[in-house]
Amino acid sequence: MPGVRIMMRVAVLLFLVTPVWAGTPVPEIPKGKGQQCVEDTAMMRTNHMEFILHQRDDTMHRGIRTKKHSLKECIECHAVKGDDGMPVSVESPKHFCSVCHRYAAVSIDCFQCHNSKPEIKLTGDRNGQ
Amino acid sequence: MANNDTNIDQYRRRFLERSTAVLAAGVIAPGVFLHTVANARPADEAVTSKVRWGMLVDSGKCKTGCDKCVKACEVENGLTRTGRPEIDAQWIRKVTLKNKQTGHTTSLPMLCQHCAEPPCVDVCPTGASFKRADGIVLVDKHICIGCRYCMMACPYKARSFIHEDITDQKAHAPRGKGTVESCTFCVHRVDKGQSPACVSACDEGAMVFGDMNDPQSEISQRLREVQSMEIRGDLGLNLGVRYQGI
Repeated sequence: MPGVRIMMRVAVLLFLVTPVWAGTPVPEIPKGKGQQCVEDTAMMRTNHMEFILHQRDDTMHRGIRTKKHSLKECIECHAVKGDDGMPVSVESPKHFCSVCHRYAAVSIDCFQCHNSKPEIKLTGDRNGQ
Repeated sequence: MANNDTNIDQYRRRFLERSTAVLAAGVIAPGVFLHTVANARPADEAVTSKVRWGMLVDSGKCKTGCDKCVKACEVENGLTRTGRPEIDAQWIRKVTLKNKQTGHTTSLPMLCQHCAEPPCVDVCPTGASFKRADGIVLVDKHICIGCRYCMMACPYKARSFIHEDITDQKAHAPRGKGTVESCTFCVHRVDKGQSPACVSACDEGAMVFGDMNDPQSEISQRLREVQSMEIRGDLGLNLGVRYQGI
């Protein structure tokens, strides 16, 4: 979807430009684990969706399970804890993905199937229905 | 002259001994190599058609009323209950067959048969339903539009449609509303060199999982030794799941 891509790029550009305009609200991006992401920050801001998309097809169809560009690893590193000390889901505005995606009004459907929280031992009814 | 003959014999013996050793190494080594590849494929290497994953179920050992394999599948893949059993996803289920004449009953687990010629793949309009090179039949839910053609095409009723929103999925088994899903042979475990959860859970040893292309694997040896059959073998789909004792 080139439209979405262009919108993302505009959004990213906005990030870079906005601090100049005083008073414009900018998203506060939560810090991930470790010193450095798997790619350069600017590279990730512009191209994270491409990396994930590429990895998705490699894993699904060819069984390649490297960790570098895997969504599972994004979730692990960028987990944000809520007030209860547990990682928040994408429903929360604090969630790493939500922070920017809400700001840029770009909706994502990754988490209709994927879990937006890192894997922890779960008990009881996990369906939430 | 006699001395000469002895020398030749000794020479021949040595030659034969050496060539046998070389031959033996040549015969065993590829088997060992294949075994290693099948069990510990590096994470950055793609699957190949050198391997074909398969399962042999011994219905003689499968106990009526035991559903450990079903439970293990649900836990492993995070299959949750909706409260309405008719719409719950079923990747594996227990089936009881009864011979009406003799009253003899047989119990067996029914799951995706991982056909070499899968009808679900044939009918899929988007290419979401596909067979991996190593024979595992999967649904790419990124492409699935939820039309459910595959569910109609499957002779084994192996697929389920997800009717409601799901949360807290397992990271290794993403699943969501509006897509079709079925047994993946626990592909995430297989890629790590492990057996599917159902096979590991079966205390009776009624299920054997392995590479059907490797003549040295347990499943290949068992398939060679015992009489096994494919369910609806008349369809000629070349199934990845074989049954013994039915």
